[in-house]
Amino acid sequence: MDHIPILKLRDFLLVTIQVDMHDRLAMQLQDDLTARISETGARGVLMDISSLDIVDSFIGRMIANIAAMARVLDAETVVVGMQPAVAITLVELGLTLPGVRTALNVDKGMALLESATREIGDSPAADAGHTE
Amino acid sequence: MPVTRSEALELRSAADVVSVRQVVRTWAVEAGFSLVDQTKMVTAASEIARNTIDYGGGGNATLELITDGSRRGLRVAFEDKGPGIPDIQQAMTDHYTTGNGLGLGLGGAKRLVNEFHITSRVGEGTRVVITRWK
Repeated sequence: MDHIPILKLRDFLLVTIQVDMHDRLAMQLQDDLTARISETGARGVLMDISSLDIVDSFIGRMIANIAAMARVLDAETVVVGMQPAVAITLVELGLTLPGVRTALNVDKGMALLESATREIGDSPAADAGHTE
Repeated sequence: MPVTRSEALELRSAADVVSVRQVVRTWAVEAGFSLVDQTKMVTAASEIARNTIDYGGGGNATLELITDGSRRGLRVAFEDKGPGIPDIQQAMTDHYTTGNGLGLGLGGAKRLVNEFHITSRVGEGTRVVITRWK
């Protein structure tokens, strides 16, 4: 069984999807990532999809599932690098990825993850009064 | 409508969905499609190819490069001999699914192409033809 590599950098897990994924590989990534979040206690997941030249409803659902599962495991997900043609197609397809944070590139994605996880980590009192 | 080239592909497994995406991409580039149009056609083909496998039990895809006067287009026909779709209108509705998907495949694919035809007979199979013009 093929796997997409998952790298750990400080409190975050980094995934770069560089192949045209078949459906089983996408499902495998979902399983691998949730396992790694739980093993490492990672606070965030950065998923770079800049090499993906299409995102269909199956891959879109996988991305949304990963973000939802990560949230339940107390980790934030940021998807970075979506190609403009992919974004246009995705919205026309009817998939808007609600609940998935996005950033234009890895730099901005890391900054977003850092601020998102710092907010949660540093202000438990403020957190209690607000829901996302 | 003159067909300048055609090719048939088998659809049996998830890996075949990837192959269809790659071949449709190559042909869309050859037909002179813009990047956005290529992406739309490849995405639509990916949705229908997956349906052919998941719901139709496999089948085949036939690609055709077509011309209509000075227009060039790409047409892909997906055929299976599966159980067929009893209520096409319902199947085309967004978020309706009999499987575990999002129910965006048929309706979504239709929005991504210029022409969309679906015919289905219960017990005999389903045929979906999608066309995009340059």
